[in-house]
Amino acid sequence: MKLSSKWMQLAALAVLVAVLPLFFPSGYYYRVGALIFVNGLAVTGLVILIGYAGQISLGHAGFAGIGGYACALAPAHLGLPPSLSILLGAVISALLAMLIGKPILRLRGYYLAVATLGFGILVSMVLTNERALTGGPDGMAVQGLALRKILRGWGWKLTSGEFWYILSALAMLVGVWIALNLFQSATGRAMRALHGSEVAARTVGIDVARLKLQAFVISAVYASVAGSLLALQNQFVTPDIAGFMHSIEMVTMAVLGGVGSVLGAVTGSAILTLLPQVLTVFAEYEQLVLGLVMILVMIFLPRGLLPSIAAKLKGRGE
Amino acid sequence: MKLLMTTAVSALVVLGSTAAMADIKLGASLSASGPAAFLGDPEAKTIEMMVDQINEAGGINGEKIDLVLYDDGGDPNKARTFATRLVEDDEVVAIIGGSTTGTTMSILSVAEDAEVPFISLAGAIQIIDPVRRWVFKTPHTDRMACEKIFSDMQQKGITKIGMISGTDGFGASMQAQCKDVAPKYAIEILADETYGPQDADMTPQLTKIRNTDGVQAILNPGFGQGPAIVTRNKAQLGIDLPLYESHGVASDGFIKLAGAAAAEGVRLPGTALLVAAILPDSDPQKPVVTAYKAAYEAKYGETVSTFGGYAHDAVDLMTNAMKTGGSDPAAIRDALEATQGYVGTTGIYSFSPEDHLGLDLSAFKMLEIRDGGWTLID
Repeated sequence: MKLSSKWMQLAALAVLVAVLPLFFPSGYYYRVGALIFVNGLAVTGLVILIGYAGQISLGHAGFAGIGGYACALAPAHLGLPPSLSILLGAVISALLAMLIGKPILRLRGYYLAVATLGFGILVSMVLTNERALTGGPDGMAVQGLALRKILRGWGWKLTSGEFWYILSALAMLVGVWIALNLFQSATGRAMRALHGSEVAARTVGIDVARLKLQAFVISAVYASVAGSLLALQNQFVTPDIAGFMHSIEMVTMAVLGGVGSVLGAVTGSAILTLLPQVLTVFAEYEQLVLGLVMILVMIFLPRGLLPSIAAKLKGRGE
Repeated sequence: MKLLMTTAVSALVVLGSTAAMADIKLGASLSASGPAAFLGDPEAKTIEMMVDQINEAGGINGEKIDLVLYDDGGDPNKARTFATRLVEDDEVVAIIGGSTTGTTMSILSVAEDAEVPFISLAGAIQIIDPVRRWVFKTPHTDRMACEKIFSDMQQKGITKIGMISGTDGFGASMQAQCKDVAPKYAIEILADETYGPQDADMTPQLTKIRNTDGVQAILNPGFGQGPAIVTRNKAQLGIDLPLYESHGVASDGFIKLAGAAAAEGVRLPGTALLVAAILPDSDPQKPVVTAYKAAYEAKYGETVSTFGGYAHDAVDLMTNAMKTGGSDPAAIRDALEATQGYVGTTGIYSFSPEDHLGLDLSAFKMLEIRDGGWTLID
């Protein structure tokens, strides 16, 4: 039996994740890896929204902020363990996405972009201004995950870097697996139909409003979980996590890697997480080089890095 | 993608290994760009200048310092990554940095985990309270600035004030600290207004304070352009109350921005660095601040700032500790904690196991703006 493309993609990613640490010269690379995976998870969610369903969001950092602060606030105020706080953050994000998604997903194009942008800015403003609760712009400390201690009890002594590398990788692989499944499901096909033409999709009996909302909620949960993992890993969270720049960064990662493809999105997050680290040698020219790379990719590989290269390799280059 | 990742990773490996074999590796993660660049930029320049000076003078105990400096852009997430990189990959023996409270708090747990001494350049009190074994800081806390201002108010017989604070990290933190410490000085806060860091007009808030019965003075915790606008608006409205600004605007730039006429009579707590020229010769800080100011201004052609001074003191403290402690992180930490009576630009530091800031209120000097220049009050 020939392996389906879905399993091939997933297996390739899993092998890569497992093999890479063999080449790590120091513990720092685990941190970079973990960041790539956390970003990859959030961006995979955006692929479902932007790549599958063709809707735009410039406010997804807002959901990351909710996930992040759930992990900071719930253990401190409700006594909830951090692992359940991730869940709580995801539930709140999903409910909120449902609530605001209903009205704003009626908007299209620029209008939708602006509405989601407004949502993201609102979340970040609340986090900044509710000083008594969130610690304001200085941020607040986040309790660590107890899981690492439990593992240590079983004789599995991991450094913080290794632990988060593994956990983030697992989270991302599960996220990628779900997204790849969705792609081939009836819902996924309907989403892609919606992307192609909203009118046509409606004509063939697709509930367009419900489908858009579904994509929005799913991607919000992805962003929320990614935000939670980031906060737990950093043991500290500031309103920057919900900031406008973070939203833009996520969309850029998705678009750069190839917004229609899950693996492309992961590639995009890998590149944009790695580049600033590699470019530190250029010091003040870092931003310049970063911008240049992005412009070049957009001009020469307009469908995003991975899909464009894949198409060229298959000889169907545009 | 596999190919790409391997290329990227091998690029990293190559980059990592080209760094010169170091004698003593000192790490720094500062916000040299981004929204906190006004802090990180003078700090980065100061550290680079001082490391050059030390190496030209033969290094520490014959060993040269190899500075590894990263720009975290004020992003706490990046700061943590760079801190991990400094500790794990560059294998530094000490870290200076964290221009903002957010970035400091992100670096802090990395330094604690790796057991590397870390001197922060950020203001908030939670950095050193509770005391953490490996974490020190050079700037005085916002709380101390509030106390200095309130004690000056007390001397002038002011008991009822109105506050107008910025909602940025600095303003919000100082606002909270001032409200917290006010009862100690029998100061009553009758009005408590805020403004956003990008706001261009604060007349509504100031009018509200003016219309509050009994207000005897206005206190403005904040930095950047906000306080300059507050100062200008207050003059435009003709509000005849004493105005107190924070140590965050203690620079000549503030007087220029607000205008000498509007800024006349404004009081604020500042460091010796700002008033190097008018310090009495008997002041123990005079030689330090004069030397740093001259060197910095000659090299970069811009005026020194309080923030660069924080970095100056951090480098001095750290390298002094290296002179006595050698290049082992634990020994540096112990030597650092044993520092007594070090005279820096910010104040005179004496650390102890219970105090990792080592400054008292005397580190602040009460300044008043007169005729577009600074005057020492006490």
